[in-house]
Amino acid sequence: MPVTAGIDIGAGTTKAVLMDEQAAVLARVSVRTGPFLEKAATSAFEKALRQASLNSDDIEYVATTGYGRYSYPPRDIQITEITCHARGARLLFPGTRCVLDIGAQSSRAMRVDEEGRVLKFRMNDRCAAGAGRFLERIAKALEMDLRQLVAASLESKNPQPISSICAVLAESEVINHITQGKRAEDIVMGAHLSIAERVLALLRQVGVEEEVTLTGGLSLNPGMVKALEETLGKEVNFSKESQFAGAMGAAYLGHWRLQRRGGRS
Amino acid sequence: MYVAGVDAGSTTTKAVVLDENSHLVGKSLRATGANVTRASELAYEECLHASGIREREVSYVIGTGYGRYKIAFGDTQVTEISCHAKGAHFLFPKTRTLVDIGGQDTKAIKVSDKGEVLDFCMNDKCAAGTGRFLENAATVLDLELDDIGPVSLRSENPLRITNVCTVFVESEIISHLARGQVVEDILRGVHSAIGARTIALVRRVGIEPEVTFTGGVSRNVGMVRTLEERFGVPINVSDLSQYMGCLGAGLFALERAQGASPRRVKRVEAGGS
Repeated sequence: MPVTAGIDIGAGTTKAVLMDEQAAVLARVSVRTGPFLEKAATSAFEKALRQASLNSDDIEYVATTGYGRYSYPPRDIQITEITCHARGARLLFPGTRCVLDIGAQSSRAMRVDEEGRVLKFRMNDRCAAGAGRFLERIAKALEMDLRQLVAASLESKNPQPISSICAVLAESEVINHITQGKRAEDIVMGAHLSIAERVLALLRQVGVEEEVTLTGGLSLNPGMVKALEETLGKEVNFSKESQFAGAMGAAYLGHWRLQRRGGRS
Repeated sequence: MYVAGVDAGSTTTKAVVLDENSHLVGKSLRATGANVTRASELAYEECLHASGIREREVSYVIGTGYGRYKIAFGDTQVTEISCHAKGAHFLFPKTRTLVDIGGQDTKAIKVSDKGEVLDFCMNDKCAAGTGRFLENAATVLDLELDDIGPVSLRSENPLRITNVCTVFVESEIISHLARGQVVEDILRGVHSAIGARTIALVRRVGIEPEVTFTGGVSRNVGMVRTLEERFGVPINVSDLSQYMGCLGAGLFALERAQGASPRRVKRVEAGGS
């Protein structure tokens, strides 16, 4: 049975997934990307092979995605993260019609059909507002690590709105809030709500439909899910596999390409 | 008779004292910090001391800058847009285009032959290109803020920096360092990327010589060079460029003390990123 690999080389982390023909995930791995994209992709791929007890010869097709998708020479193809996240979200939640992908350096909103094909999308990859790095900056200003930040967000009773859109200017605003005696958990939740607002603005541009699935690294953050659901006024799909949606979509589309290639020859 | 101008900026607070002939008697500069009211008091006291005069000798004080309404003393406030135009016209009377880059915002101002504001455009939504941006780049490279401009001018093979977002540029710098790129080339690329963005803002009001550069970032020779290359004309910069806002405020204070009143201007919003 042929196995494909999907490698999602993101700005923050690189994810690798191995998938069989039935779209069953055989291995999933996440490593920090760092400055060397090819190295990160190789490391994630090798770890995934070890996890599934497979050799690289067992992999029939390698599809890359994410911002570093051109940086892994052994790939068979590269596919945009928009296409991959849409397919991956559909694999995780078959009822998906909207996808929100919030990563370290970019956020995207897609409207998809019943097969997970993209009908419309909007993205922001120019600016840290509405992406994971925004939270990292806020955490730094509050002298917290990301784990503490997430825990704090869930404690908030009166979220403190953050008016700055820019992550760097928001950092100064946060310091002012601390000086004025505002509670850290309220500032943290305010930061989550700020990202939610930015991302949902993208979603409204593509049109909100049931069901909305959250993918990307920030899907791991319960404070983010809470902020999104509160701002949107309804529940969003997420799971601990949501961060692998891009890699899953790539591996899935790898099978599709492989079948088409097989059919032609 | 003496008058004073105090400019409470996002990063530094500046003050000047002028005499009745518009001569600069003394100046001061300090970090604004979290307490704008206190910073402006201290800057004013230091300026009086540097001028060798007492507070009661000052007839009129005008506050400006983003924290101008938090200045507890003084007679009135005037926007930093009008003050920078006034100050720039005073030092460089042929100024028609003014670029003011401070700690947290960038402004492009079209100035009349009398130093009045004709039109302006600002970006205060995004830190790209501001002092905060350069501070961040300096920190990542482990350099002093004052050194990054001169270091950038030593570049022989400038790199292309693709981001303008302060946060993303930080990651991009780290990646370039990891790949063994030299600091000079990275910095030159950073200055170019930001120069392009600044020019786009200035084009909205139109570029007409002479061009004068004010605000804290005008102290950075790398930014001055980048803007000169992009504008294609030499740019006026003075040792007092950082004091331009409070200098303008002082000049308005002098007019007020002598009975005139400043013009009001409308604000044109420029979208952030």
